[in-house]
Amino acid sequence: MKPSAFDYHAPRTLGETLEVLAGAGPHGKVLAGGQSLIPLLNMRLAAPSHLVDINRVTSLDTIAVRDGGVRVGALARHAAVERSAAVARAQPLLGAALRLVAHPVIRNRGTVVGSLVHADPSAELPAVLTVLDGSVRLARHGGGERDVPAGEFFTGPLESATEPGELAVSAFFPALPARAGSAFCEVARRHGDYAMAGAAAVVVLDEDLRIASARVACVSAGPVPVLLDMSEVCAHRPAASDDWDAVARAVRDLIDPEGDIHATAGYRRHLTGVLAARALRIAAQEATEDRDDATGGPR
Amino acid sequence: MTTKLFGERVQRREDLRLITGQGRYVDDLGRDALAAAFVRSPHAHARIRDIDVSAAVDVDGLVAIYTWEDLPERVRDPLPLLIPHPALTHGRTAYPLARDIVRHVGEPVVMVVARDRYLAEDAAALIEVDYEFLKPVVGIEEAAQGAHLVHEDVPGNLGAHLVQEVPSASGAGAREAIEAAPHTLAFRLDFERSASMPLEGRGVYARWDPDDRSLRVYSSTQTSTSVRMAVAAKLGLPLPSVEVIAPDVGGGFGVKIVHPWPEEVLVPWAAMLLGREVKWTEDRREHFISSAHERGQVQHVRVGFDGEGRILGLDVTILHDHGAYTPYGIIVPIITATQLLGPYRIGAYRVEFSSIYTNTVQVTPYRGAGRPQGVFCMERTMDRIAAHLGLDRADVRAANFIQPGDFPYDQGLIFQDGRPLIYDSGDYPESLRMIKELIGWDGFAALKAEAAAEGRTIGIGLGCYVEGTGVGPYEGGHVQVTSDGRVHVSTGLTSQGQGHETVFAQIAATELGVPLDRVSVVTGDTRRFGYAVGTFASRAAVMSGNAIALACRKVRDKALRIAAEALEADPRDLEIEDGMVRVAGNPGASIALATVAVLSNPLRYAFDEEAKRATQFSGAASMDRPPVAEGEEPGLEGRDYYSPVRSTFASGMHAAIVETDPDTAEIKILRYAVVHDCGRLINPMIVEGQIHGGVAQGVGGALYERMVYDAHGQLLNASFMDFLMPYATEVPFIETAHLETPSPLNPLGIKGAGEAGVIPVSAVIAAAIEDAEGITIDRMPISPSELHELRGRATS
Ligand SMILES: Cc1cc2nc3c(=O)[nH]c(=O)nc-3n(C[C@H](O)[C@H](O)[C@H](O)COP(=O)(O)OP(=O)(O)OC[C@H]3O[C@@H](n4cnc5c(N)ncnc54)[C@H](O)[C@@H]3O)c2cc1C
Repeated sequence: MKPSAFDYHAPRTLGETLEVLAGAGPHGKVLAGGQSLIPLLNMRLAAPSHLVDINRVTSLDTIAVRDGGVRVGALARHAAVERSAAVARAQPLLGAALRLVAHPVIRNRGTVVGSLVHADPSAELPAVLTVLDGSVRLARHGGGERDVPAGEFFTGPLESATEPGELAVSAFFPALPARAGSAFCEVARRHGDYAMAGAAAVVVLDEDLRIASARVACVSAGPVPVLLDMSEVCAHRPAASDDWDAVARAVRDLIDPEGDIHATAGYRRHLTGVLAARALRIAAQEATEDRDDATGGPR
Repeated sequence: MTTKLFGERVQRREDLRLITGQGRYVDDLGRDALAAAFVRSPHAHARIRDIDVSAAVDVDGLVAIYTWEDLPERVRDPLPLLIPHPALTHGRTAYPLARDIVRHVGEPVVMVVARDRYLAEDAAALIEVDYEFLKPVVGIEEAAQGAHLVHEDVPGNLGAHLVQEVPSASGAGAREAIEAAPHTLAFRLDFERSASMPLEGRGVYARWDPDDRSLRVYSSTQTSTSVRMAVAAKLGLPLPSVEVIAPDVGGGFGVKIVHPWPEEVLVPWAAMLLGREVKWTEDRREHFISSAHERGQVQHVRVGFDGEGRILGLDVTILHDHGAYTPYGIIVPIITATQLLGPYRIGAYRVEFSSIYTNTVQVTPYRGAGRPQGVFCMERTMDRIAAHLGLDRADVRAANFIQPGDFPYDQGLIFQDGRPLIYDSGDYPESLRMIKELIGWDGFAALKAEAAAEGRTIGIGLGCYVEGTGVGPYEGGHVQVTSDGRVHVSTGLTSQGQGHETVFAQIAATELGVPLDRVSVVTGDTRRFGYAVGTFASRAAVMSGNAIALACRKVRDKALRIAAEALEADPRDLEIEDGMVRVAGNPGASIALATVAVLSNPLRYAFDEEAKRATQFSGAASMDRPPVAEGEEPGLEGRDYYSPVRSTFASGMHAAIVETDPDTAEIKILRYAVVHDCGRLINPMIVEGQIHGGVAQGVGGALYERMVYDAHGQLLNASFMDFLMPYATEVPFIETAHLETPSPLNPLGIKGAGEAGVIPVSAVIAAAIEDAEGITIDRMPISPSELHELRGRATS
């Protein structure tokens, strides 16, 4: 369990980082928090010949709430985003999801952007980015930047649209609109494990407090986060009266998860239904309460 | 009294060192040693056609590559079969490096030595082994059919077959008794594999000293004395030229009692051959696929009983999965077969086991060592009887208990030490009363109804066990009081974090009347104590604890003799307290134990101020006797051994309340209670720690851990990502109560406590889930996914 040999680069600026990455091309790998990459290296499941450590590029250590959302830089740790009060106000779903990611010591190192690029279909943050229609900003040496929307960013299990030589510099999570609520529900085998099933939900109510939009992104339900629009199923009913069992059934009909050693496909399908309905119900409740204690207006 | 420490909640003295990173584990030693790495078989069953090392020899920093062909006589022989048994007719052990055939994924094939572990792994990755695939044999029942063989010369894959039978008082066999019984039941039970999984894996570091041709080996082992003998024999070295030391060891739980491991022979051999220090530190993947597992069994049960649930006849047939090899003999299934009976008096008993080879990692004892399976069998049986008769589950157990007046109670079987299974003491009815009270057994029905009204599902379960602890043959202790008044205790068995430094010091401090901080304890270092068996079978406190107490008593007697002379008193009037020998009732007349130590060693040379008192012109000695009287030895030290006629039997009962989620099938332990009886408690805090750790591992075995082999014999979850050991968040708060029925077998009246916590957990959790769900639970562990499937089957 020792990695094979690699050249180690520790650039200090974004420009330098992009230059090194461009030079390394397909043989380079970015090292962010290392919580996923280091085990892969140690098990020799990944053997890049150049490791580009971005931990000294402090300009990437940013969390900004502006332009109707939260922009998280590539060096912002899970823990920092989780604890940010500004983030919690703008988009509470991030904190709710992050509290389910691994354990505090891992969240102290792991980065939000690294988690997105890693693109594990069981991970929480890709589902959050997906349900919120967020995006990832990629940069390359001499090539400027491009924003890839969540729907195009996750391309397969552990595969993202990030190309060799590219650095994900930040991710953007849109803020929660008015009369909206969100929730993350999951079941993991042990506290902090990747979930067997889970769902990130966002519900928006109309002016009469009926459900206008209900969206849910499911983890561990397919090769990438599975986005389901449940607006039709929940449509135009008051949040409190909705038939959540019907929602669970509808979710089960729409997904086709795989079984593994921790959960059969059947159980996963069942559980995803339960959790998606649960997350939507909580989100709808929150949206209603949000309406009760605020007078509308973006938070 | 300041020195009465036996029985006190003394804080563990080793913890400051261990939890502040000051522990010295094998990998902390030998920073400049060469590193070994192994090429291991990626296949479960294959013939080695060719090994091509040509690409690896160019790796910079490579020192040596060895295959079986390169090994000299003795080193190349199969590893020893440690515990032969007449029923083990087809015992098989591995070669240290595979010869021709590999029989499980992970079997070592090539050893690489290089400047560091990185380079050793680089070279290992370049070695190409050409394999011819053989049919893998996986799954106990498939293997038992014998269509394909793990070892060509072992028909039916049957390594061992043993039947033990105890007729009823009237002479009826179990099968006859079952036929004649008013009620009978028959069912099948399954228990999956898990493993010891210590956080520190195995590790060996060897230093060959070419000047005095001696070898020092550090091994993360549970038995340094026996590793020493094995290494000396394998390498053809005189025993005094080999020392083996178990430094701090980060957990053993059974796997490190197996020895010598291939690496324990090969690393010292390479060190000697190369004249360099060599070290190998096992990594986690290696630990999963090349050390040992335990637990896997299929059991078929038939039981006959009367209207009160009293068992008239019990017939159990066990298929035991032994993996690819049997280095530790058939200890595990023997323990299952014998300890299955627990605290019960059974009418007639018949047990039969077949130990089956499969192309999987070998099976050797893991904490509990066969008992969790046996207790699962018996306790599931008790619950089935209760369900069948509509009786309270606790009452059925009580109806079968051995009574306090029945001890010593002979179960009529032969135990793992080859001696009769005779329980020395216990009080099972009192234990049951205590556990029922602790968990609130009688009030549970109301609680359950209340929960049901809220839409919640809860259930309660109970499990009882008896554990034979402190098996022989012996352990020893050496105690020396030096002229500074310090007490140096050593014993040959090893420590893996249990708290031996604390409890052995408590025993010595109490016996010798000295403050605890004057006592130091060394374990598992053959330089200090060469005769020992090892740490397993919940035996350290019983065996070494008693041996140390006996050695202390010798020292104390000698100290009193010498002090009596110095104080001109009768030794019978003396007592030792706080390191001072005093004449009872005369505080003025006293002498420090330190001074007694000085006087115990007649000197010619006054090497320091204190020593003057023992020199020839000091006037201390009597002129009519030789300075060292006949039958005496210089020095205030003593050595003694404890060797019991048979094991001592601890016992306990656990109960749990679980909640199952009606939607997600998640299983949560709401309460967990333990009543524990290990005789006299040396240190209740340490016993509780042992119980907590055991229950934690039991929770792992009940709800999380399994070894997932596919049909090709690949272990699919060989990492901590997918082999789910419970975190602190999965282990419930454990409520504990102690009962103390002293053992009449040993001077301290103690019984073992190391393994107990793990033993009944699967049985208890299964019972509680069954109670909550109303679905029969007949295999463990159980996951939410499995509970969901069971629910589906129950409603369809
Ligand atoms: C025990 C344990 C439990 C865990 N449980 C969970 C869990 O429940 N849920 C969960 O979501 N995660 C979990 N994780 C993973 C954790 O969240 C990781 O931190 C995260 O997945 C990756 O972030 P990182 O910063 O550590 O990335 P790294 O490990 O450094 O990198 C991961 C991958 O992303 C690439 N990469 C990283 N940053 C960039 C960038 N800026 N630009 C381009 N490529 C980049 C790397 O090259 C690498 O391929 C767990 C990890 C551990 C060790």
